Amino acid sequence: MVTNADFLALEGNPGNFTAKLNIRPRYIDADACTACGLCTQYCPKHHSDPYNEGLSITRPIHIDYAQAVPATYYIDPSTCMYIQHDTCQICVPVCQSHAINFNQKPELRDLKVGAVILSPGFGKIAPEVLEKFSYGKHPDVVTAYEYERMTTSSGPFLGEIKCFSDGRHPKSMAFIQCVGSRDLGCDNGYCSSVCCMYAIKEALVTKEHDPEVDITIYYMDIRTQGRDFDAARERAEAIGIKFVRAKVADVTPWENHLKLTYSTLDGQHKFDSHDMVVLSVGLESPKDAKGISNTTGIELNNYDFCKTETFTPLQTSEKGIVVAGAFQGPKDIPESATQASGAAALASIILKTQRGKGTESKEYPDELSITDDDEVRIGVFVCHCGINISSVVDCPDVAEDSGKMKNVTYFTEQLYSCSQDSQEQIKQTIKDQKLNRVVIAACSPRTHEPLFQETLKDAGLNRNLFEMVNIRDHCSWVHANEPEAATDKSKDLVRMAVSKAAHIQPLPEQTVPVTPKALVLGGGVAGMTVALTLAEQGFESVLVEKSSTIGGNLKKLKNTLAGDTVASYLKTLTAKVNKSAKIDVVTDAALAQTAGFIGNFNSIIESGKGQEKKEQTFDHGVIVVATGGHEHRPDLYELGKSKKVVTQQELETNLAGRAKGRAPNSIVMIQCAGSRGEDLNYCSKVCCNHAIKNILKIKEINPDSQIIVLYRDMRTYGFAEDSYLEARKKGVIFIPYEVDRRPVVTSQGTNVQVDFFDSIMQEEVSMTPDLVTLSVGIVPDGTAELSKMLKLPTTANGFFLEAHVKLRPVEAAVGGVYICGLAHAPKPVEETIAQAQAAAAKAAIPLVKGVVTVDPIVSSVEQDNCIGCGICTSLCPYGAIIMEKVDKKRKARTISASCKACGICASRCPTFAISMGGFTNEQLISQIEAFGNKVVYEKVEA
Amino acid sequence: MGNDIKQREGAVMILGGGITGIQAALDMTDLGYYVYLVEKAPAVGGVMAQLDKTFPTNDCSI
Repeated sequence: MVTNADFLALEGNPGNFTAKLNIRPRYIDADACTACGLCTQYCPKHHSDPYNEGLSITRPIHIDYAQAVPATYYIDPSTCMYIQHDTCQICVPVCQSHAINFNQKPELRDLKVGAVILSPGFGKIAPEVLEKFSYGKHPDVVTAYEYERMTTSSGPFLGEIKCFSDGRHPKSMAFIQCVGSRDLGCDNGYCSSVCCMYAIKEALVTKEHDPEVDITIYYMDIRTQGRDFDAARERAEAIGIKFVRAKVADVTPWENHLKLTYSTLDGQHKFDSHDMVVLSVGLESPKDAKGISNTTGIELNNYDFCKTETFTPLQTSEKGIVVAGAFQGPKDIPESATQASGAAALASIILKTQRGKGTESKEYPDELSITDDDEVRIGVFVCHCGINISSVVDCPDVAEDSGKMKNVTYFTEQLYSCSQDSQEQIKQTIKDQKLNRVVIAACSPRTHEPLFQETLKDAGLNRNLFEMVNIRDHCSWVHANEPEAATDKSKDLVRMAVSKAAHIQPLPEQTVPVTPKALVLGGGVAGMTVALTLAEQGFESVLVEKSSTIGGNLKKLKNTLAGDTVASYLKTLTAKVNKSAKIDVVTDAALAQTAGFIGNFNSIIESGKGQEKKEQTFDHGVIVVATGGHEHRPDLYELGKSKKVVTQQELETNLAGRAKGRAPNSIVMIQCAGSRGEDLNYCSKVCCNHAIKNILKIKEINPDSQIIVLYRDMRTYGFAEDSYLEARKKGVIFIPYEVDRRPVVTSQGTNVQVDFFDSIMQEEVSMTPDLVTLSVGIVPDGTAELSKMLKLPTTANGFFLEAHVKLRPVEAAVGGVYICGLAHAPKPVEETIAQAQAAAAKAAIPLVKGVVTVDPIVSSVEQDNCIGCGICTSLCPYGAIIMEKVDKKRKARTISASCKACGICASRCPTFAISMGGFTNEQLISQIEAFGNKVVYEKVEA
Repeated sequence: MGNDIKQREGAVMILGGGITGIQAALDMTDLGYYVYLVEKAPAVGGVMAQLDKTFPTNDCSI
């Protein structure tokens, strides 16, 4: 991790780049700083806090937030009194670990790297753009970033929402959408793709703070096109948040309120007053986009985002340099995390021959064997954390108290247990005192347990012979005003830990070998991309396709919105897949049966038809589900009854087929036909773009064609907004309809009639166009059966559910199974490709490692006590407990490699046959007993 | 990692330590490569670290 660093230049070629960096000084030695925070308390200078969007002040010497990584303070040279004026230096003697070093100089560093991933994020809309909304002129107009900090409970106002003008709680709030997006006034024609979501989120959070507050969101289209995003909008509407389709012209101060002037769809100008206005500012290209482009040579698009192509969404114009995240185009967190993994797959391909050469594995001394006969020797270390703990908790008293307990053979205090010298002291003490259990009373195990476990390993102890007590967060911090009680509580906690420690056992680190092969289900663009991305990283796969040829939905598409020809891409892609020696393509095939767990699956594939029918068995380490989806055909709007009613996909085929060169003179398109509340309850994300694509094609063939689009929200998010604008410029009329006033299509003979309410002219209209085109949704292909077979959960709408939307967007909850493409959610082809590449990166991880390491705190079944009831198997969310026959009796067994140690099985087992490593009943009971009663002081009594 | 000045093979530079850069860094490490995660700010985390809750579940962002 190289922080505080400026990227200066890039030289060389893929596989052999040299990146030049300038590392700015922090003026604090990162190894010595313990993040105690004393320096900030003593620093006399004020400094506007950019982390809180300038809403609070901090000091030049500070850390942005408690969880910052690295957890090292730094000095902002722009306001430091010593750096600016050669005075002060108060912080230097204050720091007890002597971490402050004003002699640090900027350091130029060259990095030899084989590949580069660009993920510089996004920039902010210039304040001038916000001026017409009185931003900067009236204190109660804030950006969504500022508002986010305001609502944060750990933020500068502890979550209290108030007007800056007079501190009152706002009773009426407005969110203005598309500020700095879809706005040609500031040359940002694109849609920022995230603002609708965050505005709804912030509005919902506001309602949590104060249910009485009146909130209006002024919008052009609500673009909640992500899976299940519409539900959040509906939730917002249900609790009274108002959505007004209007363009806000300006905001002006009016008495102690703010007056919004806006125009609605029907051409009316209206005014409304609010206490506070939040501007939903868009995402701009990063500030240093041009600089990155100059130093690396990558091309930018017309909005200064990184230029990429539909079929290679993560590839920049320069070889060896890939891109991910908002720099590739405005996007949300799940999408960014997905692209990050996809970019890792591409970088991994570039560096394939160098894999593993740059990393080192650490050597540990042999582990000391510990048996039940050995005397339990517990060492207790109590950390002062500088004065963080010791200013409240009486650390010497806590340490001495622990010394009175049975089994404690050594106790001491340390200034900082986590510091380098303390680590050495702990290691030496373990050896000298022959300790076989260690208890450390310090800060949070969340941050420091791995460090101390590492120390134990270095000293030859199994890492599970360790207990950590958090006497900082749980005692000195929360009971800062009650030092005695805090000390007592610390003693209680330490006593409990010591008591438990006497019962802990070393747990072996288990590893399971991995079969280096993938099973990819689905031969569409997602499945093919996965198989190829794995092959190019050096891994074999079996690609299972249910139809007779690979290609999937791409076979039906002609061109993309960006103008690429699909057929030529598909031809190249299928040729690559078919030619690859590492991909075994099985067509007319389906997964019949699968067994096993991550690293060791065994599956039976049925393939062929009639006489050719056969079964093949494959061993493989991972499964990628890319089973796709298809166009939904609703039994609505005369579809299938009138020849003049077609879907967008049929229209696309017609425009490229026999009717090429001819396009109807009048067309009515109906968006969300069968979606968003009709047969399908969700938005299919691609239909708006599909409609625009066909419209532009029609206009190319027949510029005089009259096209009317009836829609609910045009969701041409991202750069597709440009095409939407182009369609409007070409005279296409877009008319929104309300959900309770959907258009009606009737047919008589060869004629088709559309009746709808024109919300712009405010009148009922009846038309008989040459063609009616329906934008229908996407439904997943046969997920129900696969869901049962692989124990994969699905959404209410039948799409496969990932383990975590943001943190693990392509992994299933079941270990070793990955999801991508339309089987996960409706999405356009470029998102499918990026997601498939991400799935290939994630699936490659166990294959690269060759073994699956099992965390030792997994569950285990004492089969003698198991009555074979099967409750555990049915409850396990990860499919990690199986029932097997042992001497003709049903017994449960944990598959350690799949177990996530959640403990559900152990808590439900009626015979207590299941225990969790490191959390056995015996250990927990002894810990509970130690609370309050002093049984553990036997040594004193004896 | 911070003070490492050895020149390595099989290394990748990730420019930008927001959620995207961090995720890419974790994946590249897991895939067997050495990662230089280069961030202009004093800490990684990017904009996501500034967020309170996240859409649509209102889960905590940090």
